[in-house]
Amino acid sequence: MKAAVLVFPGSNCDRDMAVALRDAGADVQMVWHKDADLPSGLDLVAVPGGFSFGDYLRCGAIAAQSPICKALVAHVNRGGYALGVCNGFQVLTETRLLPGALMRNADLKFVCKTVDLKVQTSQSAFTDGYNAGDVIGIPIAHHDGNYTADAETLSVLKGEDRIAFTYEDNPNGSVDNIAGVLSENRRVLGMMPHPERAIDMGHGGTDGKAMFRSLLGQFADA
Amino acid sequence: MKAKVHVMLKNGVLDPQGEAVKHALGSLGFDGVEGVRQGKVIELDLADGTSEATINEMCEKLLANTVIESYRVELV
Repeated sequence: MKAAVLVFPGSNCDRDMAVALRDAGADVQMVWHKDADLPSGLDLVAVPGGFSFGDYLRCGAIAAQSPICKALVAHVNRGGYALGVCNGFQVLTETRLLPGALMRNADLKFVCKTVDLKVQTSQSAFTDGYNAGDVIGIPIAHHDGNYTADAETLSVLKGEDRIAFTYEDNPNGSVDNIAGVLSENRRVLGMMPHPERAIDMGHGGTDGKAMFRSLLGQFADA
Repeated sequence: MKAKVHVMLKNGVLDPQGEAVKHALGSLGFDGVEGVRQGKVIELDLADGTSEATINEMCEKLLANTVIESYRVELV
């Protein structure tokens, strides 16, 4: 699998993401936000966590307007895969590749801890290494992870089985405990928790590994 | 010319920061504060003749996230 990790000023999980993808066997390139084009033949674009552009205006809003994000939108519109974690999820909602928005945490606090996530669907390239109903431990570290969407959007997400993960104990006020959502074609996943921070026993757990393994499995024959 | 853009969370979207400010005002002894909504004001210095339609486009594309926010443009 050929993957790219986008790098913005203020990204700080870009190298962790690259390590997780390489550990699973991917060929990974880092791509700077000012580049107008992605490397050719990419399967996956990963949008990492961090504080792109200092979270100015809104988290992810400035990054979403960067040249590389135009290429990201084109990649997704061609049917390419994309994974956005934390700030990357915020970027994906700001580009409208995923529905909804991420607001300030309901209790206004930055939350940094490992949380229990329930896998809601195994029907995606990202989650088919899990079983629906599995509870996995994945770290979160965010101030603006309070997912919100209007009632109509929520009913579409539920009806189409597009809620990938929910929190067992809601840490940020997200509607319906939503921690991660899939695009309509199920090839774009955005999530606040950090699977790339749970791939080594030194991290305190390896529950994130199955996501990268199952992604790689999708492209094993390609 | 100048324009002021007022960006607010839409009605019905819970505003945790506004709620915190409301509680703080209450604990300072200000009675009767029934609601607080917090937004932002963005001042734009624009070339003369910039149309309101262009400013609206700036709001739609960047200044507001219309999934959760509404905006109002004031020419000053």
